Amino acid sequence: MGTSRTTSLTVDQIIEIYRTMSTIRAFEDRLHGLAKNLPGAVHLYSGQEAVAAGVCAALAPDDYLASTHRGHGHAIAKGCDVEAMMKELHGRSDGLCAGKGGSMHIADFDRGMLGANGLAGGGVPLACGAALTARQQGTGQVAVAFTGDGGANQGAVLESLVLARMLDLPVVFAVENNGYAQATPADRHFSGTDMAQRAAGFGIPGAVVDGYDVIAVHAATAEAVERARAGEGPTVLEFRAERFHGHMELWDDQSYRPSADPDRLRADSDPLLLLRSRIAEGTVPGPAAFELDRIDRDATALVEAAVAAAAEPLAVDLAGLLTDVYTR
Amino acid sequence: MRTITYQQAIGEALAQQMRFDRSVVLMGEDSTNAWGPTKGLHVEFPDRVLDMPITEAAFVGAAVGAAATGLRPVVDLLFVDFATVCFDQIANQAAKLRYMSGGKVSVPLVLRAMWGTGMRRGAQHSQALHPLFVHLPGIKVVAPSNAYDAKGLMAQALVDDDPVLFLEHKMLYFTPGPVPEEPYAIPFGSAKVVREGADCTVVAVGRMVSVALTAAERLAAEGVEVEVIDPRTLSPLDTSTIYASVEKTGHLVVVDEAHPRCSLATDIAAQVAQDRFAALRGPVRMVTGPHAPVPFSPELEDAFAPGPDQVVAAVLATSAARAAA
Ligand SMILES: Cc1ncc(C[n+]2csc(CCOP(=O)(O)OP(=O)(O)O)c2C)c(N)n1
Repeated sequence: MGTSRTTSLTVDQIIEIYRTMSTIRAFEDRLHGLAKNLPGAVHLYSGQEAVAAGVCAALAPDDYLASTHRGHGHAIAKGCDVEAMMKELHGRSDGLCAGKGGSMHIADFDRGMLGANGLAGGGVPLACGAALTARQQGTGQVAVAFTGDGGANQGAVLESLVLARMLDLPVVFAVENNGYAQATPADRHFSGTDMAQRAAGFGIPGAVVDGYDVIAVHAATAEAVERARAGEGPTVLEFRAERFHGHMELWDDQSYRPSADPDRLRADSDPLLLLRSRIAEGTVPGPAAFELDRIDRDATALVEAAVAAAAEPLAVDLAGLLTDVYTR
Repeated sequence: MRTITYQQAIGEALAQQMRFDRSVVLMGEDSTNAWGPTKGLHVEFPDRVLDMPITEAAFVGAAVGAAATGLRPVVDLLFVDFATVCFDQIANQAAKLRYMSGGKVSVPLVLRAMWGTGMRRGAQHSQALHPLFVHLPGIKVVAPSNAYDAKGLMAQALVDDDPVLFLEHKMLYFTPGPVPEEPYAIPFGSAKVVREGADCTVVAVGRMVSVALTAAERLAAEGVEVEVIDPRTLSPLDTSTIYASVEKTGHLVVVDEAHPRCSLATDIAAQVAQDRFAALRGPVRMVTGPHAPVPFSPELEDAFAPGPDQVVAAVLATSAARAAA
């Protein structure tokens, strides 16, 4: 499994990566308490921050990303506005998608964020399509197709592997193995041993990467992106990092999990703490600990401001029900 | 009679038939950890409750094959929205096998799925897709509106020899109702007159039955007596009960939360207009969701689904047309 030893990332890049992870953590852990007041289904990303942050740090702003039902982290890492996202989660008309999408359907095409997705595996073909556009138009853009370990089994995902290889699409398949598909452990539903092995069957290079290690995530993605930009086609990356919370807020007692699991995870496998300790050891370049503390405080403040803004009264315009169905 | 929820009623029908018929197997994602009607069934039937990976096209197709060769699979699709992922297996395989084999094969398959608005799940988890399936010959479509019917219709689905799409409205799961403990089956193609009335027929589906009943109470206060009909099965559709009612009342309002175009509402309206035109004393009215996806925002979602106000207005509009004529 890919882990990091050295990196060419600069201190400034590490700071930005840490800021992304910290913002995702603050956003998600705040939602953990807030979810009971929110409409709809909320799937938290805590524990997987290094994947979104590491992958997106290897992308250009105009590269594409197609996300999953667990999409907040991907959206934040791709540069979506945190306050507009928070408003969207409240179903407000001033939310990122006018309140029509919600947690499971956050999209921001201006940021290359092609959308979270209510269908497991549903976004993967869309990313292939964005990669096709990039290839046809010669833009040099790359698309990342996120799916979970569970969604990776869906037919459309496997067909996408066939298509991407056949057309040598500039796409990176990013499979987030967070241990479970709802309550079913990955080792029960995931056929074959890992995604790299599965990719080999499609003639696509693949690797399994420690998803808590943002440096390793970044390195593997950068290599795959480079290959895609060079016209060498797709790569499959499996990132392993268990989620800290249940499958979804309010509906999951996590009784299927080994009892000590979530607590152990927080203690042993926190991607933010891991990066901090690497910086402290000096194996990764980075700022002093007090600067990281300040980034954490800024992230908390950003999220608190978003929560406050989303609580501001707003008149509902029911006309929105019938707009946006067609272009005209 | 004892009272249990819609969800428990479905589970009870499944458990009773599984005890009786070893060929019934349950298949679905997280089946052994399920929270809904099948919760706990894997404890009693460990060999017949099968967890599936997220491979809907494969496992629905496999269920079709299993049904055609001797099992009676009950597949949990979770949300009906996910049926689109495996539509080939439903539309081209399950619904066609019997016909194409000249009646040599039958496909005794039950596809369970949650449907409808109200849960704030957005456009990909809130649809009312039954018109798509009603359009297809070869598959039966069932949509119970209460616990009693849910148990009886599931019992029928489990002995029926054709593929059945069993639609469970997600907002009804915790609604209790009187349900006998002993097994009983409700035949497909039999509608229920939920409330009798002489002035206007209202046909309503699923959660809309209670919306129609609320509207009927309000109209009764104004002296308008509404007859509310729950078709219970959408395919086959019990047109004779609907026709008999329209002959009595002369007016028809169809209430369904599905989109209005090419829908169950247009279908019932057209059948009545074609076959009982002489009985109609006012225009048929349809009260449906709009031609728009289901929005996430709670206020917009509530505005999407028809409510009692719209039903009252539709009944008064068709009645007024009579007065004016
Ligand atoms: C096609 C489809 N089937 C089933 C579901 C229901 N569902 C939602 S999330 C989920 C589990 C997804 O697991 P995984 O892909 O590993 O992502 P994770 O939740 O672990 O991030 C399932 C079965 C769905 N949304 N779409």
